[in-house]
Amino acid sequence: MRAIITLPFLWLGVFFLLPFALVLVIALGTNAPDSVPPVALGFSLKSFTLLFTDDLYLAAWLTSLRIAATSTLVALLLGYPMAYAIARAAPERRPLLLMLVVLPFWTSFLIRVYAWMGLLDENGLLNQFLRWSGLATDPGTILGTEWAVHLGIVYAYLPFMVLPLYAVLEKLDAGLLEAAADLGARPIQAFLTITLPLSLPGIVAGCLLVFIPAVGEFVIPDLLGGTETLMIGKVLWDEFFTNADWPLASAVAICLLVLLVGPIALFQRQQARSLERHL
Amino acid sequence: MSGPIVRIEGLSKRFGAVTAVDNVDLDVAPGELFALLGGSGCGKTTLLRLLAGFETPDAGRIFIDGQDMTGVPPHLRPVNMMFQSYALFPHMNVAENVGYGLRRDGVAKPEIARRVGEALDLVRLADLGQRRPAQLSGGQRQRVALARALVKRPKLLLLDEPLAALDRKLREGTRFELVRLQAELGLTFVMVTHDQGEAMSMASRLAVMDTGRIVQVGSPHEVYGRPATRFVADFIGLANIFERDGSWVVLRPEKIVLSTERPALAHTTAGRIVDIAYEGDRSLLRVATDGAVLIVSALPDPSHQRGQSVWLGWEPGAEHAVIP
Repeated sequence: MRAIITLPFLWLGVFFLLPFALVLVIALGTNAPDSVPPVALGFSLKSFTLLFTDDLYLAAWLTSLRIAATSTLVALLLGYPMAYAIARAAPERRPLLLMLVVLPFWTSFLIRVYAWMGLLDENGLLNQFLRWSGLATDPGTILGTEWAVHLGIVYAYLPFMVLPLYAVLEKLDAGLLEAAADLGARPIQAFLTITLPLSLPGIVAGCLLVFIPAVGEFVIPDLLGGTETLMIGKVLWDEFFTNADWPLASAVAICLLVLLVGPIALFQRQQARSLERHL
Repeated sequence: MSGPIVRIEGLSKRFGAVTAVDNVDLDVAPGELFALLGGSGCGKTTLLRLLAGFETPDAGRIFIDGQDMTGVPPHLRPVNMMFQSYALFPHMNVAENVGYGLRRDGVAKPEIARRVGEALDLVRLADLGQRRPAQLSGGQRQRVALARALVKRPKLLLLDEPLAALDRKLREGTRFELVRLQAELGLTFVMVTHDQGEAMSMASRLAVMDTGRIVQVGSPHEVYGRPATRFVADFIGLANIFERDGSWVVLRPEKIVLSTERPALAHTTAGRIVDIAYEGDRSLLRVATDGAVLIVSALPDPSHQRGQSVWLGWEPGAEHAVIP
C-alpha cells in the first residue's frame, strides 16, 4: 500500500521536481558559450531582468495569450455544438461519434501538423483546389500566417474541448428541458437558462484544457506559423537551440510555468468543486 | 362557463410497433381531480405527455379549454406539469425554481416575488426559498415541484405519479394535501398513477387504462362497485371472479359473510379456511369451496384457524356481472 503511494511521488520527484530544480539552477547561471554545457553556474538574475526589459519577450508572451485565447474561443464555438449533437444522438451511435473525435490521436501529433503544411502550402491541396475550381486564380498562402497557427491549434486541441463538454451534456437530464418548456420557455430560452449554466463546468474544463497547452505550444507555430508569429514556446526553442543561451531559455521556461500555474490551479479547483457537487 | 376543460378525440400514439395510446376519447370537466389509472406500459403516461405537448399524436385531437392543441408546442400550452422525478433545476434555489415560469412570461420582479411567496406559503415551504434542491428532503422537493407547477395558475395541472417518489408515511398525508389544494384553488388536475388506492382515494373521476385503451371511466364508487370488465374488477381492489352459466361474475371479498353456521342468505356454500392474512383492521381469508378458492374479508377473529370448516354466504345484489 505504502509502495503504491510512494511510487508516483518518487516518479514526480525524479522526473519533474528534479528537472525543474535543474532548470532553475541553469536560469540563475550565466551564458558561457565555450563550455559544455554552455552555462556558468552562479546566482545571477541577468536572464530574468532581460526577460522583463526586452520587449521581444513580453510581445511573444502577449501573442501567445492572444492566439491561445482566440483559438480556445473558436474551439468552444465549434466544440459545443459537436458535443451537444453527440450527447443528443441515439445512445448506440454515441460510441462511434466519440471514437471519431479521438481518432486523430491514433496518428502522431507531429505527422498531423505536417499534413496541414501539405494542405496549406502555396501549392498545397487547398490552393490546388481553389485554382482548379476557379474560385480563386491567385489565392494567397495561409501557411506561414497566424491564421494557420489558429487553424492548427483549433484542429489539434478540439477533442480536449469536445470531451469534457460531452461529459456534462450527456449527463444533463432531458426532463429539465421538458420542465422548462412546460413552464413557458422557448427552446432558445431553455438552452440559455438550463443547458448553458449546467454545462458551465464542462465549458471551464474544456477551455482550460485547450488554453493551457496552447499558450506554450511550440510545434504548431514553428511549422505552420511564419517568422512573424512569435509565440513564447517558439522563443524558448530559439533561445535554447539557435542562440544556445541556456540560462535565458530556462528563465523563459520558468516564467511560462509560473504564469500558467494560475489557470491550472483554477482548473483543479473547478474539478474538485464539480466532484464535490456530485458526491 | 361550461364544456369540458379537456376534450380528447380519437387520440392515438404509436412508438414503432407499439401502440401506446389507442383511439382514446375522453372529456374532463373543469374543477375535476381526474386520475388516469393503469399498470406500467398501459399508456397513461404517454397520454399525459400528449396533453403537455411532449409527444405529438399520430391521430386524433386534443382540445384544452376549447382550443385545438394540434401543433401547439409545450411552452405555449395553458397547462403545467408536475414531473414524477420533479425535474427541479439544480442550479437554482427554491424561489428561483418556483419563479421560473413567471420570469419566462415577463412578469415584473415584485409581482414574481409576491406570487412565489404565495405559492411557497401554499405548500408550507415559506422558509426554504433560498435553499438549493439538493439541500431538501424528498417531501420538500415534491412540494417545490408542486409550487412551481401551481404558481402560474394553469387551467390544467398535470401530475405524473405525484406521490410515487415519497415514502409511504409521507404519501398518506400528501394525498389529502393535494386534494385540499385542488379544491381550494379550484383548478383541474389530471393525475397519472399506477396505485389504485391513490386513484380511488383522491380522484373525483378516474379512467382505467389497459394496453393503450380506456377500459372504463367513472367515479371511484362506480368503478369499484360496477366494474365494466374482468380486467377492471381484477385491477381495482380485491375481487373473486368466477364463471357461472356462461357469464363472468365479480364478488368483492367484503360482500361475503363468513360464519360457522349456514347463513340464511340466497347464495351459500361450505368451505375450509386455507389461509389467514391478519391486517389489523381486517383479516383476509382464503376459503376453499367446492368450485373455487374465494377471498373473504372479515373482522379479525382469533378463533379462525387454518383448516377450519366454515360457511360462506352472500346476497344476489352482491354479485356483479362483467364482460370477460
